[in-house]
Formats: sequence, structure tokens, C-alpha cells
Amino acid sequence: MRFVVTKACGGGGRARAGALYVGSCPTPIETPALLLFTKKGLPTFISRDLLASLPSPDSRLLHVSPLHFLECPLPRTISNIGGLHQMLGLHECIFVAAPRDSIESLPESEGTNKLGPSFETPCGRRLVKPKEYMEMISSLKPNLWASLADEVPAWVSEKRNKTSVDRTLHWLDDCLALDPAGGANILGAIVGGSSIEERKRCATKVAMQNVSGFWIGGFGLGESMEERPALLNSVMDSLPEKKLRQISGLSLPEEVLQGVAAGIDLFESTYIYHLTLGGFALTFPLDIVERDIMHSQLSDTGSDCTKINLRATIYRKDTTPIVENCSCFTCQNHTRAYINHLLNVHEMLAQILLEIHNTHHYLAFFHSIREAIKGGKFDLFHRRFIDGRRAHVTSAVPCS
Amino acid sequence: MIGTIKGLTNNQLEDIGCQIILGNTYHLALRPGADLIDDLGGLHKFMNWKRALLTDSGGFQMVSLLHLADITEKGVTFQSPVDGKPMLLTPEESIQIQNKIGADIIMALDDVVKTTTTGPRVEEAMYRTLRWIDRCIAAHQKPDVQNLFGIVQGGLDPVLRDICARGLVERNLAGYAIGGLLGGEDKDSFWRVVAQCAAALPENKPRYVMGVGYPLDIVVCSALGADMYDCVYPTRTARFGTALVPEGVLKLKHKVMASDERPIDPTCSCMVCKNYTRAYIHCLVTKDAMGSQLLSYHNLSYMMRLSRDLHMSIVEGCFPQFVQGFLRAQFPKGDVPKWVCNAMEVAGIDISACCVLHPSSQN
Repeated sequence: MRFVVTKACGGGGRARAGALYVGSCPTPIETPALLLFTKKGLPTFISRDLLASLPSPDSRLLHVSPLHFLECPLPRTISNIGGLHQMLGLHECIFVAAPRDSIESLPESEGTNKLGPSFETPCGRRLVKPKEYMEMISSLKPNLWASLADEVPAWVSEKRNKTSVDRTLHWLDDCLALDPAGGANILGAIVGGSSIEERKRCATKVAMQNVSGFWIGGFGLGESMEERPALLNSVMDSLPEKKLRQISGLSLPEEVLQGVAAGIDLFESTYIYHLTLGGFALTFPLDIVERDIMHSQLSDTGSDCTKINLRATIYRKDTTPIVENCSCFTCQNHTRAYINHLLNVHEMLAQILLEIHNTHHYLAFFHSIREAIKGGKFDLFHRRFIDGRRAHVTSAVPCS
Repeated sequence: MIGTIKGLTNNQLEDIGCQIILGNTYHLALRPGADLIDDLGGLHKFMNWKRALLTDSGGFQMVSLLHLADITEKGVTFQSPVDGKPMLLTPEESIQIQNKIGADIIMALDDVVKTTTTGPRVEEAMYRTLRWIDRCIAAHQKPDVQNLFGIVQGGLDPVLRDICARGLVERNLAGYAIGGLLGGEDKDSFWRVVAQCAAALPENKPRYVMGVGYPLDIVVCSALGADMYDCVYPTRTARFGTALVPEGVLKLKHKVMASDERPIDPTCSCMVCKNYTRAYIHCLVTKDAMGSQLLSYHNLSYMMRLSRDLHMSIVEGCFPQFVQGFLRAQFPKGDVPKWVCNAMEVAGIDISACCVLHPSSQN
């Protein structure tokens, strides 16, 4: 794989645009980019033929957790079939494997010991040792994969936090030793909790290893949004500019922007999954730099101009698409009224259509981020977006 | 369906060759409501389906789903599932609702009894069905765009069935359904009713056997002269992890599937069989939504392929050979059920090559 930084933000900003050349994807993936959440390698509801209707190559970048295959198929069977790309029929997709997925594979730090990290999974609590992990990786053959990490919540003791860094470094050594490709596709895992010193220590040590990029874990586990930038910066300061940085646990648009501002290139996010299951569809405007959204008003549906809840009865007869002029399959073919009906009668098609639209919209958000970086306007974009999100909260509400 | 086929989008349905979808009037009238569908321009527009739609009368669901459903000359009385109030579905109202939904084919409200019912009730239901068809015809507001089909009733009694069929044919309807079957009767009784009704219905109009069904049933009914079918079986069985294959069914949940690297059906060219192994589907079924989606997709593709194959074999004059191939795949040991042999004999299809002869010579 090859990663190049194509545009650094400059002016003291750390955001950067890049291009990732990997696998048999014909065009490079432009970064910052979104990794789509998958269950056993496929999106939750979008089958391959519908995935093909989403923008390419943006929608070809998938996050897969090897732990989804703990029960079946066996590594031997997966190898016989030929690995992820063959098993899923997604030859042009790029799979990045990392154990934590924030939905079904949750780091369980209390079960973790020196032998390996522990996760809460649908199969119960499972400890994954480096040898077992590498067996899964070599059968799945993802394009990139993260080494094992001991992710701890923000409130653990200093001692526990320090141990998590020691273990994570140790497991990186183990994974590298067991990797036939010698680190060519590995993203070295970096943890350190809420301690700036430990974050720095871990990042520095991992940076010295022969890895292709970095997987930054331990975020989204209890630290506040306010303390995050300093922690992120302490990690980034210790990493080489030229190598790829992926992060887990920054799901929401505001969190993604924090990550981009710190210099992150790839984001795992489960935002789309949660929106979809809740019956929500993203509607926030994407042309943030161009338009002035300070004057957006709070609508009376309880929606906040960022998303709509299609279960609401006001959509029963709404024959407009979710977002006017959205080119996704859902908006081109169906109305809010229809999706409202599908949700009412508990039909899976509702989730399929919502996941398609939400994926399309969130990918478009990342596209806007990249455009803003390339145009040197990322800080403005960031500020305007955040201010716009808060506008409805701070606008005066008339008292009755 | 209730405005959607389980987990498939319209373009996926078009891809697999689906030409017509059945909409459940009962469910649609409850949610989102017939008036809403009408206000939004009809069901085609509401769900953006560009091909054909058929709605049933709503009567069957009421009788089978609802508490205290009762049938009188006026119509079907039942308790509203929303608030328990007594309600009445008349032939006029059924047609009115179906006019609002706007399907291409609509079904008359019939008085349907289970085939296991005996006594005067069966005859009463048959004659009432004939009286109701006249009320349906009178109430039908859009005969130029919506085709009204009548439904032949009469239980398992050939005399009653004959009276009903002739009565409907006199009304010169757009098409005819054979109803009231698959309520517990044995297979021999089932095919005999289909055979008799098909023979009594005009050659140049569609014959629709309601609620059929299993692939084997469809092949037999087609041999007997039926043209149209509806069934929840393909998608329902998919949700339990069962795939339809030429050999019968494949239970993807079984442990043995966990290491099976073949596609569900090597002879199937659907998106699922072209891309996935049994082993992978096995790990999805009953656990992930995608599992039931992919199986529904395959099962519906299988049914579309079966219909296409039946059609082409008739057009090309090799229908008997197709039937023989179908039976050989399902019954490789030659143990074709007796009822199938009996039906094929009446249908004039020679399947002796794929049957182990049955020892008894019962008719």
C-alpha cells in the first residue's frame, strides 16, 4: 500500500488531505475518509448491488472486525474460499481490519490480561491472543489491519493505564513477529487513555517500529470532547507526517472534525448504523462554507436541521425525498411518506433505504471536508459547521 | 405484501424478473390506509413500482387473523384490530378500497370456507360468493383500468365447484381465481379441485390458484392448466434460513453448511449464488438482517426462474421433459408422491420415466 499527503493545511493547522493507494481499487482513496461499518464484512443492510450505486471509491472502504468471525466460518474455510474479498464478492473493496467496532465487539478492559485483549461480543466475552488474531488476519487477508490494543476507559488508574500501553506495545511486537508480510499492511495500535504522557510514550515507541501506519485507539471511552484535542495532538506530535493515521471511536460529525483538525486520515464510525436503526435520515447542509447557516430556524418537528426522524407522523403524506436533489438511490426513487409507512409496518426495506441515504450523505460530508482542506478553508468549515449545529439551541425561543 | 417485498428494492425485483406483486388489502387499509394511498396517487406511485400490482379482497386475512370474524349476507363482520369496535367489510367496501389502492388486478370479496368444512355451510358460501360477485361488479368504479377477478368456491364438492365456475364465467370477468384451497385438505383432493375448475374456466382468460405455493404444487397446477399463483413461502422460509433449490430445500442453519464452499445452488445465476458460499450465508442466517435479505433474494430468484422455465418449456413444446427433469431433481430415488403421479396422469404428462411404480393401483 502507498499513502501520500497531498495537501497540508498550513498556517499552524494540522488537517491534511491525502491519497491512499491500496488493493485492487483502481482509483486512490482520498483522505480524510470514512470507513463504512460492516457486520461480517458486509454493510448491515446494503447488499452488494445497492452498494455499487453509492459513490466510488468512497463507498469501497470498509471496516471489518475479525471478531465477527469468531464462531464461523473457521479460518481454514475462509482461507479455502480465498479471504474476505473472495468470500464477500467484493474484489474492488478495501478492507481495514480492527477488532473494536463499538457495536458488537466492545473492548472489555477488565477481562483483558497480559495474554491478550478481551471483548464483549455476541458470543460472550472473548479474549483474543496475538497468535489467534494473526491466524484470523492471515485467513481473512484484509488490505490493512490494526495490531491488538488494550483500550481502557478514561477513568482507570494511572497504573492500569500504563499497563495498557506496555501490553499494546508488546502485542505489536508479537503481531509483527507473526506477520509474514513483515509489517507491510500493519497499522500499529496506539493507546494511552487520558494521559498525555502515556499517549506520547506509546506513540513514540510505535513510531519507531516498521509499520505502514497507525491505528489510534482508546478514544470514545469516556474522555470528554474538551480534553480530546490535547490528547490527539500529543499523539500526532510523536508520529511521522507521512504515514497513515486511522482512529476509532470518533463517530459524530463534530468528533470527526476534531480528528481531522488533529491530522487524522481515516475514521471508523458507527454513526450511520445508529441513525438508521433509529429511523433517522441525515439532512444537514453540506455546502457549509458557501452558505451562512447561522439563520437556520428550529422547525416544529423537533428535528434540528441535521436529521429527520421518519417515524414522525408529519411525514405520513410527505411526497418529497429525504433531501431534495440528493442523488442517492433512496432519494431518487422513494418519498418520506413511503419510508414512514415502512417504519410503521416494521419492514426491513426502511433500514435498507435509510442506510443507503445516510451513507451517501455522510460520505458527502467527508467529501466537503476534503474540498475545504484542498481549498485551504478547513478552519472556516470547521467553525461554521459547529456554530451552525448550535444555532438552533442558542436562538431565542419565545416564551408563552 | 404491505407495500414492499421482504427486504428487496424495486430494482432488485425487476432484476430477478418479477412482473407482478400482490398487495394485502387488509394490511394496506390499516396502514397506511386506503385514503392516504389514494391521496398520494395510488399504490404504484406510493411505492414507485412500475410493473403490475394485484390486490386481494381483504376477506381472507380478516377471517384468518381476526377475533370473532363472522360472515353474514351483508359482508364480513369483525372486531377492529385497532380499537375492538365492530366493523363490517362488505363487497362494496372491499371494491371501493381496492379502487383507491389502484392495483391492476383486483379480487372480488368471496365467502371462503375451509376445505375441511362439511355440511350446508359450503353450499351457502358458494351461492353467496355468486351473489357477492354481482355486488362487486356493481360497485367497481374503474373497470377500464382495474381488472376484476372472481373466485371459484365450493369446497371439495365437484357439483358446487361446477355451479360456481359456470356462474362466474357467465359474468364474463377479466380473470378467474380458484380459491378456498390449502386449508387442510389432502393433496389428492387439492389437485382434483384445481383440475376440475381449470377445465371449467375459459381458455382465453387467466386462471389464478390462490395461496399456491410450493414449487412442486406450482408445477402440478401448471400441468393442469393454471396460470397464476401467489405465496408467502419463498420469503417466509428464507427468514428461517431455508433456501429453495432444485433438489428441494437447503437448510443453511445446519452445522454441515459451515464449511460448505459451494454456492447455494450451482445452477442458479442470481446475485447471491454468483457471489456467496453456503459457508458464509450459514454464518449470517438468523443472526444478521443481511442473511435473510440474501436468502429472500435467492428464493425469489428461484421462483422467477421456475416460472420462466415453465413458460419457456410450454412455448418451446418441451413441457413434459421439463416436468420430468424437475421431478428427477426433487425425487432422485423416484419416490414421486402418488398424488403427483395421479395429477400428471390426468394432465396428460408422462412421468413414468422418473417414478418408481407405486405398488397399489388405487385411483
